[in-house]
Amino acid sequence: MPVVSLTVNNKPVSKDVAPNTLLVQFLRDELGLTGTHVGCDTSQCGACVIHLDGAPVKSCTLLAIQADQCAVTTIEGLAPEGGGLHPMQQAFREHHGLQCGFCTPGMVMTAVALARTTPHLAEADIRHGLEGNLCRCTGYQNIVDAVLAGSQAMRETK
Amino acid sequence: MYEFDYHKPVDVAGALETSGGSDDGLFLAGGQTIITVMKQRLAMPSDVIDLNAIDDLCGIRVKEDVISIGAMCRHADVASHSDVRRLIPGLADLAGKIGDPHVRNRGTLGGSIANNDPAADYPAAVVALGATVHTNLRDIAAGDFFTDLFETALKDSELIIRVTFPVPEKSAYEKILNPASRFAMVGVFVSQSVAGVRVAVTGAGPCVFQLPEMEDALMRSFSASALEKISINPGGLNSDLHGSAEYRAHLIGVAARRAVTNAC
Repeated sequence: MPVVSLTVNNKPVSKDVAPNTLLVQFLRDELGLTGTHVGCDTSQCGACVIHLDGAPVKSCTLLAIQADQCAVTTIEGLAPEGGGLHPMQQAFREHHGLQCGFCTPGMVMTAVALARTTPHLAEADIRHGLEGNLCRCTGYQNIVDAVLAGSQAMRETK
Repeated sequence: MYEFDYHKPVDVAGALETSGGSDDGLFLAGGQTIITVMKQRLAMPSDVIDLNAIDDLCGIRVKEDVISIGAMCRHADVASHSDVRRLIPGLADLAGKIGDPHVRNRGTLGGSIANNDPAADYPAAVVALGATVHTNLRDIAAGDFFTDLFETALKDSELIIRVTFPVPEKSAYEKILNPASRFAMVGVFVSQSVAGVRVAVTGAGPCVFQLPEMEDALMRSFSASALEKISINPGGLNSDLHGSAEYRAHLIGVAARRAVTNAC
């Protein structure tokens, strides 16, 4: 069985992996990082979004072995070590950007990447940037509010 | 997903050698279609040959009046490339309208056109811009490349290396998308260049096609009003739960007029 070596949330990981293992399965089943969710499994809902070398991608549409030598960040890796929440997580909490919470990890990972590439986000940028993330509870309004506040907080904490 | 052997060659020769030595090898580009297809067990390759480590398939080069885009260039890279945006704004705009941000971070030009999904965006640009598809074996004109539903002129073990796009005077892509899948219900790419006017339609039929009647009208007058009297025959167009053939025929006219108005 081939070996995949990568860093996950800044920690080196090296494990045997069957080639037909999806990255999301590897993260959840092999590493126990169940914050990354499997929603649709057909690359539409975005609940499985992680950062691969900094870029947000759907981990259900990537083989684990393709992440060899890459840096992966999951929702578990966002918050600062030693406690507290990432500013985007805090903003989702304060602005009621979630109800059932299933889509939230993917929403937050997408939002963080969006705020990093476009520091001064307008509402339209956020709605366009979240096109790959589906939420069936909130109607999106509070998510958009949260991302706006979270991106501002990220700028201020830089 | 069925089991397969995984390979990650670092050059084109290695990819072709692995493909040639496999029972039923599959090239993996961005994977935004094929990995889902494999998950659904609709494909059972013996070997998956990952193209993501091959530098020769990457990069965007600008030479005089031509932009050459590597087969493994991702949609996000094309959408944000300053020279593509400046010289062929319609192409950059199209790349930025594919799928969603995550799909654009993985999906590739080569993968999209090799798959030739009837609702994919890139085929419209390749045809309307009169691009050339360069493979390890030959150069294929856009008009000869897309042959039918999910079918192309590519042979077994033929690999797309790059696609070259002549720079037009004006171009624009107008996409009327399915809000759920984000595929094109109808997408129309219009280009105007010294070679003439081309209008290519995706999403509406089994395969990308040109509209000679619109092209002739736009050659006489490149304006939306020149298209107003042209009606599209719905015969042979796609009809599904998202829209009838008649609806798509109507959308072609709407999208074409918008594209001409926005062309720059």
